[in-house]
Amino acid sequence: METPRVLHQLFAAAATRYPDNTAVVEPGLGSISYAELAVLSDRLRDRLHGMGVRPGDRVGIYLRKSVDAVATIYGILKVGAAYVPVDPGAPPARNAYIMHNCEVKAVVIENRFVDKFRAEYEQLGRLPSLFTLDGTGGGLPFAHALDDADKEEPVTQIASAASLERDLAYILYTSGSTGKPKGVMLSHENAVSFVDWCSEVFQPQSTDRFSSHAPFHFDLSILDLHVSLKHGATLVIIAEEVGKDPQRLAPLIAEQRISIWYSAPSILALLAQYGNLNRHDYSALRLLLFAGEVFPVKHLRALHSLVPKPRYFNLYGPTETNVCTFYEVPTPIPEERTTPFPIGETCSHLSSKVVDENGREVTIGEEGELCISGPGVMQGYWALPDQTAQGFTLDEGGTQWYKTGDIVVETGDGNYTYMGRRDRMVKRRGYRVELGEIEAGLYRHPLIAEAAVIALPDEEGVKIKAFLSCRQEKHPSLIELKSFCSQHLPLYMIPDIFSWHEALPKTSTDKIDYQRLKEMA
Amino acid sequence: MTEDIKNTVKEYILQEFLPGEDPNELTDTTPLITGGVLDSIGTVKLVMFIEERFNVTLQAHETDPDYLDTIESINNLILSKKS
Repeated sequence: METPRVLHQLFAAAATRYPDNTAVVEPGLGSISYAELAVLSDRLRDRLHGMGVRPGDRVGIYLRKSVDAVATIYGILKVGAAYVPVDPGAPPARNAYIMHNCEVKAVVIENRFVDKFRAEYEQLGRLPSLFTLDGTGGGLPFAHALDDADKEEPVTQIASAASLERDLAYILYTSGSTGKPKGVMLSHENAVSFVDWCSEVFQPQSTDRFSSHAPFHFDLSILDLHVSLKHGATLVIIAEEVGKDPQRLAPLIAEQRISIWYSAPSILALLAQYGNLNRHDYSALRLLLFAGEVFPVKHLRALHSLVPKPRYFNLYGPTETNVCTFYEVPTPIPEERTTPFPIGETCSHLSSKVVDENGREVTIGEEGELCISGPGVMQGYWALPDQTAQGFTLDEGGTQWYKTGDIVVETGDGNYTYMGRRDRMVKRRGYRVELGEIEAGLYRHPLIAEAAVIALPDEEGVKIKAFLSCRQEKHPSLIELKSFCSQHLPLYMIPDIFSWHEALPKTSTDKIDYQRLKEMA
Repeated sequence: MTEDIKNTVKEYILQEFLPGEDPNELTDTTPLITGGVLDSIGTVKLVMFIEERFNVTLQAHETDPDYLDTIESINNLILSKKS
């Protein structure tokens, strides 16, 4: 029988073949070879097993993006558990909710986050076991934490779990329309089918240097991590604060000789505008991949004129399927073009169809909802059977199709063009934002009587505008509101514009009239 | 000098990031980055404004909240560059 193709097995095979290659670099903080990363992740596997983690469990990751966090990911997979990464910069209450929601057996966490996390978690239930690190950076704090734990209580060495392809590999939480994040469950097969598709299309080499720009709780990281570490290539970790600062990021990409870049378009647009890209040498760059939102053509053209060598790819897909369509941007981009490029054709490991409201396939040129089936499609939402059922449709032949919620048109050449959403989800800096989650956050303010949020398209993507009414005459200041939001919502969800009203407009059924709000905006 | 810098930065922040806000609400110690007033693009814009308006160059590490989180700290940063 063939060995199941699971993520930690792909990494183990690369570690055997390329033990001395550099696996991960954290600029300024250190790097780690494949052999060293294999040892570190084995040690975490044994430690987690000693802490009671068993195949099929979940383990949370509450760490800054680092070599230490990469070792943690593989340690969790090797013990047979699914990893659940959270954004260490998000409000602790949100992170505690996520860990509690999917009942993690243990959490690997930096010391500095422990107190707030504990306080929030204990309001929900009994705290899971914690494996704490004094910090992160280059893998050293992680190794020290393991050494200390070994001194206190040695653990038995175990074999890596013989996970099956259908076992869960990770759960990524995305914005939920009811105000609570929802966990997208992805199996090893989901991940590996996508990783293998990347291998086929992008032909990664052991000499490639991949960017790791996206945070690990974001699905773009699956390509960065698991494609590079399957092929013996090097993953260059880009610290969060550097990743959003074009003046620091531009020289780093050149100095690190990154050959495969992958990120949301928003940072690429900033690099084109403020990165002084003409001062740096990007001759190593061979692929420039972007996904997560529409790339305004104006900025894409500017970027290409400054960095003309690599091939440019627009990748598209929700977390539920990872990338499901792709499009190579023909360059150079003509001056007169203003409409965004298509999202492209279906990836070879998946199937797609476009349906109308009744689930009937539409003809080429007609708008409809894009549906996806195949080995890349998620297992469902954690503990949300109703939402999972609503997310899928079964065809006559018994095939399950995931309904993306994205409205597309198929053009004659087999490419899809993105038209919009059928619900209240928007993309901001590549993140999914359910406008309902922002409203739920605003309603937590004691003085807010009514809150309604709309998205307004603009040149850079979307602006988010909040309409509010207050329980008293003097309403909170803008500064106070923004500060309140920063404590209760991830930063990318904070509205750009707030406007106060005596009362919000209502429909005849006494619901907030969003149509009217859009007219008012 | 100090008052000039603070007022100039304050006016810029009010106009660019807090339109309609009561100027009295924005004090020298209001947290800007950690308080959600400036997002990442806002921080980039503020850095460009400071560099251009005061004719100084900020080092990469000086774009962190440690240096830019309040009007007070921005003032200190600019003064240290000018001296």
